[in-house]
Amino acid sequence: MTQSALRITAFVSAVILGQLPAYAQDAPPEETPAIGAQSTPVAQGASKAAHMSDPVKELTADHSKFDQLKGPFASGSEVTEACLSCHTEASNQVMHSVHWTWEYQNEATGQTLGKAHEMNAFCGNVASNEVRCTSCHTGYGWTDVREPMPDDPTKVDCLVCHDKSGQYTKQDNLAGEPPLEPVAAGAKTITGAAAWPVDLAEAAQSVGAPPGRDNCGNCHFYGGGGDNVKHGDLSSALFNPSRDVDVHMSPDGQNFTCETCHVSDKHVFEGSRYETDVIDPHPDRMAGSAHDAAACQSCHTDSPHEGPNPLIAAKLNDHTDTLACQTCHIPSFARGGVATKTVWDWSTAGKLDENGKPITEEGFTQSDGKHLHTYMSKKGDFEWSENVTPYYAWSNGEMTFTLPEEEIDPTQVVEINKIGGNPGQPDSRIFPFKRMVGTQAYDVQRNVLAYNNVYGPGNGTALWSYYDWEKTLKAGMDYAGVEYSGEFDFVHTYMYWPITHMVAPADDALQCESCHTQGGRMADLAGIYVPGSEINLGGKLGLAMFLMALLGALGHGALRLINRGKKNGGHHG
Amino acid sequence: MAEHCVKVYSRFNRLWHWSQVGSIMLLFFTGARLLGLHPILPFGAAVLIHTVVALALLLLWAFATFWLFTTGGYKQFIPRMQGMWEVSRFYAYGVFKGEEHPYVKSYERRHNPLQAAAYFALKMMLFPAIWISGLAYLSYGFWDHLDGGSFWLEIIANFHVLAAFAIASFVVVHVYLLTIGHGFRQHVRPMVSGYEKVDLTPEAEAYFRQQGRVLD
Repeated sequence: MTQSALRITAFVSAVILGQLPAYAQDAPPEETPAIGAQSTPVAQGASKAAHMSDPVKELTADHSKFDQLKGPFASGSEVTEACLSCHTEASNQVMHSVHWTWEYQNEATGQTLGKAHEMNAFCGNVASNEVRCTSCHTGYGWTDVREPMPDDPTKVDCLVCHDKSGQYTKQDNLAGEPPLEPVAAGAKTITGAAAWPVDLAEAAQSVGAPPGRDNCGNCHFYGGGGDNVKHGDLSSALFNPSRDVDVHMSPDGQNFTCETCHVSDKHVFEGSRYETDVIDPHPDRMAGSAHDAAACQSCHTDSPHEGPNPLIAAKLNDHTDTLACQTCHIPSFARGGVATKTVWDWSTAGKLDENGKPITEEGFTQSDGKHLHTYMSKKGDFEWSENVTPYYAWSNGEMTFTLPEEEIDPTQVVEINKIGGNPGQPDSRIFPFKRMVGTQAYDVQRNVLAYNNVYGPGNGTALWSYYDWEKTLKAGMDYAGVEYSGEFDFVHTYMYWPITHMVAPADDALQCESCHTQGGRMADLAGIYVPGSEINLGGKLGLAMFLMALLGALGHGALRLINRGKKNGGHHG
Repeated sequence: MAEHCVKVYSRFNRLWHWSQVGSIMLLFFTGARLLGLHPILPFGAAVLIHTVVALALLLLWAFATFWLFTTGGYKQFIPRMQGMWEVSRFYAYGVFKGEEHPYVKSYERRHNPLQAAAYFALKMMLFPAIWISGLAYLSYGFWDHLDGGSFWLEIIANFHVLAAFAIASFVVVHVYLLTIGHGFRQHVRPMVSGYEKVDLTPEAEAYFRQQGRVLD
């Protein structure tokens, strides 16, 4: 009784709490139609309020009715000013999020992470390449990541997350600004499409509260410079995935948006690749109730398997203290027809043809027929892959990075990030990762990863314009303000990306024999005994004993037969 | 004393024996699948069958143990040295010379000393080894949080497999020995019909005749 009473209380509170962030923040209370408004003459302040004859809207504010949003707007910042005239606290909330700071303090490891600080195995570093990289920043005009974004509320980009017109975008080299009339020739958006002039007024009047999957996806699906390049489990396939690509996000499945799992509070979203919620233990929470962590367990509990066969279900539930849900339920990533970049070798970048022109090769054909680059003078050699089997490792979600200026051992593969956690620890599970294989520049004398200046047309140093490693690295290191010996080489790197999206329908989950077989998926993993993965010592000794018994019986029988022959076929008895 | 065909294996005794045969064969087959010796059956189905059959067999063993002790049938399996040398010598030597089996079955001791010793070892060592390690294996989910859980699982798994092969070796020898003497069919028949030739005192014969348990 007590338990069910608690559950009901928890459920009611959850329902109430669940409503708050979604609607209360963005709805100015004075716009809400007052009860009994029809019976009295309509007050001036409520002249735009909907009447009972109007369709009931999802949100309590129709932004197309606001005079402040009629425009015209000359810049994104002007739209933000209009937003802030009502939503006075919104910009400050955004400016306290990692979306704005690109900085993440990992209390557990003491490391300062975030795009503004770390190195990665893709384009390396933001510093000196800002206007290209910060094209996906939730602000306008961050042209120097050596300094934090200025405390200027009008620099927050409200539209990138809240636009519902579908025609708002950011240009790929304007430090977060949208392409506006007149659009420069050859300009591209952050998704790589030919840029179009954005209608800021239309976008401003279209806004809605929870970001849609396109709001998130237009940046997050294109990380690393193209569709699915970086994550492997976040691609344009998730804009409208079939059920077998993502059972949660498919319109034929649960039709989740990103925010269904990545719940937000004060514009800060749950979910992190620095400190991943590998587990979310909550024995008292009902499945499906409000949660504050973006883990599978948050909704599914730690014993999610039920019938039809209770014995199998119990056996599968036995696995949940060893395996992350993702390990079985995301059998492969880069599904849905969009390949991910798996190998990036920068060391071959810079080669030019006999006319001094850059070379491109398109040696990979994606399953939708699209050709992808396998060599570019700008970037070196690539490999791509679809339906990739993940790399598995024990993980407690804690990532420790090899930060700039941290000494590396170039004789070994440098792990850009190291996966935390140990076999059998209560906070660790076997988790799937995309292991990005890189070859990156480093300072040979100082044994540190090198900053590179890849973007910057007209600056005389950028690799993508001038194809000269000497200049590129010198410019990058100088910009970052670190010492550079002038002597560089390339080192092999791994970078690990947690795989947690593209959850397949239950029928497509890994089967027992995916792991419980010789050479199965866990074959290289220490710290677990996987029955069926080898003929163990007991099995070898036992087999020997069994064969000896068999040979003994056969030998004994053969001797009897021989002796019976000698005795002239005499059968005793 | 004369040999007569008497009903020595009761219905429960035969049911026990043959369901044990069936279960153990299924356990060998599915266990070999789990070890990776053959690919017939999906792994999950093999786990399921192995688990259910093992639990059913344990239940049967519980009943059989109860039955053995209440009926006094357990005395059949108490090992003894008397006649051990003769029987051992027969299997190692005499059988090749066409000698008669030195052991004459009685109603109270239908197993020869070597046989009794083998069954005793099977029941007191191999069966407990397989079911204790099996239950520990099966209940892994309840103790895997302990320190070194995975290490102990590996120890238990090895032990379980080793015990299984020991039982398999017993089965090989057990079946082979049925071919010695009066022949395989003659030896299997009593466990089907329940009747076997044993030495009876006239008093015992009279008693069994009265009960209708003597065939000839």
